Amino acid sequence: MNIFEFIRDPSQIGPWFNEVLLSTGMQPWVANLIGDIIGVLLVVIVVLSSAIMLIWLERKIAARLQDRLGPNRAGRYGLLQTLADIVKLLTKEDVTPDGADRVSFNLAPALMVMQIIMVAAIIPVASGLVGANLSVGLLYFVAMSGIASIGALMAGWASNNKYALLGGFRVVAQLMSYEIPLAFSLLAAVIWTGTMATNDLAIKQGELLFGFIPGWNIVVMPFAALIFFISILAEGERAPFDLLEAESEIVAGPNIEYSGLKFAWFYLQFFVNSLLLACIFATVFLGGWQGPFVDQFPILGVGYFFAKSLIVLLALMWVRATYPRLRIDQMMTFCWKVLVPVTLVVVLIVAIGARVTPDRNINAVIISVANIVALFVTLGIVGRSLRRDVERRKAALPGAYTAQV
Amino acid sequence: MAITYLHLIFLALAGFTLLCALGVVASRNLFHSAIWLIGAFAGVAGLYWLLEAEYLAIAQIMIYIGAIATLIVFAIMLSRGMMIGRVKMNNFQAGISAVVAALLFLMLSFVLLQVNWPVVEQAVSVDPIPMIGEAFVTTYVIPFQVIAVLLSVALVGAIMIARER
Amino acid sequence: MVLANFQFILILALVGLALPFIGVGVAWLLRPKKPNKLKSSTYECGVETYGDAWAQFKAQYYLFALIFVIFDIEAVFLFPWAVAYGGLGFYALLQVVIFIILLFDGLIYAWHTGALKWQ
Repeated sequence: MNIFEFIRDPSQIGPWFNEVLLSTGMQPWVANLIGDIIGVLLVVIVVLSSAIMLIWLERKIAARLQDRLGPNRAGRYGLLQTLADIVKLLTKEDVTPDGADRVSFNLAPALMVMQIIMVAAIIPVASGLVGANLSVGLLYFVAMSGIASIGALMAGWASNNKYALLGGFRVVAQLMSYEIPLAFSLLAAVIWTGTMATNDLAIKQGELLFGFIPGWNIVVMPFAALIFFISILAEGERAPFDLLEAESEIVAGPNIEYSGLKFAWFYLQFFVNSLLLACIFATVFLGGWQGPFVDQFPILGVGYFFAKSLIVLLALMWVRATYPRLRIDQMMTFCWKVLVPVTLVVVLIVAIGARVTPDRNINAVIISVANIVALFVTLGIVGRSLRRDVERRKAALPGAYTAQV
Repeated sequence: MAITYLHLIFLALAGFTLLCALGVVASRNLFHSAIWLIGAFAGVAGLYWLLEAEYLAIAQIMIYIGAIATLIVFAIMLSRGMMIGRVKMNNFQAGISAVVAALLFLMLSFVLLQVNWPVVEQAVSVDPIPMIGEAFVTTYVIPFQVIAVLLSVALVGAIMIARER
Repeated sequence: MVLANFQFILILALVGLALPFIGVGVAWLLRPKKPNKLKSSTYECGVETYGDAWAQFKAQYYLFALIFVIFDIEAVFLFPWAVAYGGLGFYALLQVVIFIILLFDGLIYAWHTGALKWQ
């Protein structure tokens, strides 16, 4: 094994390392244990170091989109800003409010961090380069988001603060509601690709439709991808779905009373969670690490994967920096009366469409067209009901509304 | 049978689960009970995974930790009396429940010791998920549809009860 | 294979849970410790707090949690079917269409009775 072989295909390093350990006469289970511990440490280090870059990137991009400068004092272009923040947060006094429930107050940030680290394990960065290619991968991802909502609820309850508790309730209501369209849009992708394991999903999307169109799931089911994108906006607690940390209403959500490093863990969870959601989007709908020449040089997959993830992340940031936030009733209504019925329809479209003809290429076209038709029908129905709503309000308040509209 | 490190993991997980279960009943604060319950659910999920039932473990985490535990916490928060002060640990039914629990324990131990459990030496070689999925719509299609009916009945019942107020 | 993943995920869960506490421990060594009564009072925009926060909450949250549980269980059952779908016949499709429609009318009932309306 030479160094060039590893650079060409980094997924060889794990088995090679295992063999080296075994050749020293080690018990197999000890070798596996050492390999796993190193793998876990790698995942944790990647998560923490990506957060440092990510926070700077998000602040800078949000600032530029809103015609501000953003961080520009610490280091060139403000690149050292996050490091300065870490030093500041580490040396901040840690305040536990009166009447707080100490056990849950300290456990809550730990659960938040645990969620992002657990999800990071199933992200396939390049062919075979994944923490654990679980056969239940996507279900595991959906299950882990439950841990974050428990953590937020715990933080809200433990703080003994009315705003925090209200924020905690909002977090849980939002995360659990949008978990349904999230899970069902993933289900549509699983029906088409026939696997839940994240690395296998990327492999399956490598096939070409009609020999030249990339068989990415976003091509086959654009509407499911759109629903998933909306759901990750909500799951990532980003505007227009950021009412759980609305500064003007409930101050900052469940993490009001947290200070110092415990606050930093919440902050970290917010940013890294967005990146991971973008990575899942890239894996499930944009073909993951697939791209030209990945078969010969799997290392290229790392570049493709991060390029795709960063494009999705940029879209998330753009939406966050642009739109105002929704009210809680609008948020819940949109989820349960629009997204949930529509995702069920999309699941049925994909399930039926995959069986119309024996030819997979023609089925892909049928599903794709049906998806676009469903999208426009949905937009038409929603638009009409919104217009009716406005008309009704105008009729109820003749003077006030006609003057403005 | 030699003690391998898998046995140690099993013992640690089982001990953790029992400890959390004890915490649920021994804690005087209902919210703390709920947190202990989440720990117990996680321990059971770990035991499933140790038995190579990945799907069952994830279903356990998704349904019990992600959904049922949240539901329990909401239920605690809805009842104001339970949130403030400590709950009394005993009521007049304590004696009867102790007898029933002891009987149940004896019955379960009897079953555990009497039944000859089939043991397979080698690991599961095929991916069980497609087989589970196939079984849902072929062998176990009636239970599968009964689940759907049960779930919609539960949904209707929940709405009727909650909307009475 | 599955067990190898189990070990990885178990270590990951332990590290993930321990890491925040290690971080807080490091911060504890570095940070100042000067608590006083005013600092540790509840922050409610400078207004004196009245009573504790553990008040009774709307039943609406509970109702949505119940509806969520139903759909969550449905999703858990449908995922293995979706994985197996490629190798199954028309019968499998029919069964799942019935399954989804049965839950769909639960949703329609909830919509019709106004349970999905946030008050």
